[in-house]
Amino acid sequence: MPVENSNTNLNKTIIKIEDFSFFYGNNQALFGINLNIPEREVTALIGPSGCGKSTLLRSINRMNDLVDEAKHTGKIILQDQDIHDPHLEVISLRKRVGMVFQKSNPFPKSIYENVVFGLRIAGKTNKSDLDEIVERSLKDAALWKEVKDRLKDNALGLSGGQMQRLCIARAIANQPEVLLMDEPCSALDPVATAKIESLIHELKKNYTIVIVTHNMQQASRVSDRTAFLYMGKLIEYDETEKLFTNPKEQQTEDYITGRFG
Amino acid sequence: MPEHTDKVFEADLQELKELILKMGSLVENMIARSIQALEKRDINMARDIISEDKQVDQLEMNIDDICLRILALHQPAAGDLRFVAVGMKISTDLERMGDLAVNICRQVVDLNKEGLSEHLPGQPVNLSELAKKSQDMVHAALDAFVARDVAKAKSICESDDEVDQLDYQNFDNLVKATEQNAQEARRNMRLIIISRQLERIADHATNVAEEVSFLVKGLDMRHGA
Repeated sequence: MPVENSNTNLNKTIIKIEDFSFFYGNNQALFGINLNIPEREVTALIGPSGCGKSTLLRSINRMNDLVDEAKHTGKIILQDQDIHDPHLEVISLRKRVGMVFQKSNPFPKSIYENVVFGLRIAGKTNKSDLDEIVERSLKDAALWKEVKDRLKDNALGLSGGQMQRLCIARAIANQPEVLLMDEPCSALDPVATAKIESLIHELKKNYTIVIVTHNMQQASRVSDRTAFLYMGKLIEYDETEKLFTNPKEQQTEDYITGRFG
Repeated sequence: MPEHTDKVFEADLQELKELILKMGSLVENMIARSIQALEKRDINMARDIISEDKQVDQLEMNIDDICLRILALHQPAAGDLRFVAVGMKISTDLERMGDLAVNICRQVVDLNKEGLSEHLPGQPVNLSELAKKSQDMVHAALDAFVARDVAKAKSICESDDEVDQLDYQNFDNLVKATEQNAQEARRNMRLIIISRQLERIADHATNVAEEVSFLVKGLDMRHGA
């Protein structure tokens, strides 16, 4: 059974980011970040545009490997394993660390095929297994009731909010340990946003979630911990309630109260 | 503190601050004059103060309105959030202080009706010292709010024990005086009520001081915390 989060202080660290710096060519985007992300909690990364929050998020499953001339120093450790270990296959890392993007990106296939896409590539073909995973993933993504009678319909016919929840279902079909979310609600209306936020509360019972958001109210609503980044540096990291009521750093105070620059 | 990027939000916060200061100054003045009315047995002054309470009540409602508006429209965080939360609490404390000043004035009017016109020093009661201490606490609490001075706020909380002690002595002396001369019972009861109103005013000043500490440092000083 998944463990309920009753006390945010108790959960152990699942991702350890140690003195991590990141460079796009000569341009340094992150400066010596140290951050421990606890298991089965929601950690929000906030900060103004260009502060490095998306770079940090995308470093956790090495999405930045795809960028030319990108390099890093320091370490990111997932469950005692260095994610940059040359023996670690990046595909297996991304199975363990799933990602949901700003704009939902379902494949032009049926709802069913979208959910099982990764599993089929991984060689799973047993229909009853796949059926079970589809049902479980769609239920976990709070989409099952809405689509269970039309699993063969094209996913592109879903609403924006449904498409985003389908992408979440697709990400969790692989049963990752960590789910990265990059502005998952920025293209959604308030109702669809509320559904995703309530889903995030449910998902954290089973998954560790790291979310990047420009919307500070969203960070304060969904996350247990918040990290504030500014110009590539981690300025403050604390329990969300503390950070939003009584931050320790003046820069954090200025940002979250809208007194910035 | 630098100004907000959002000028409407900045203006709302400024308006809230001005309303709190206006209410604070009105209430402080009511308390000071209620004590003068008591000392001079000035029923006209007492009646004026009673009628001023409407303005205080109106300001409390205005402050609540603006706090709710800020919460709904600007979703304040951190220092701004604490300022709005404290604004609502301080306005409640100030409104109660206004009511307590009115209660003192009503007793002043009634004392005069009962023909008690001599000055206080002859009474078996030390209202002047209590009145001065309570009034000083209110003044200091509002000063601490304006200056965001936590050290001053803390010292106000410490003075509250002295005020409690004076009120207790007044109660004791007035009960003893009543036991010796039952004819003075009604008057002494009124003096006990006045003493208690002054003690309550000091309690609300203490609340304001605690709120200042929360506003500035995010520290909860209430209930010995």
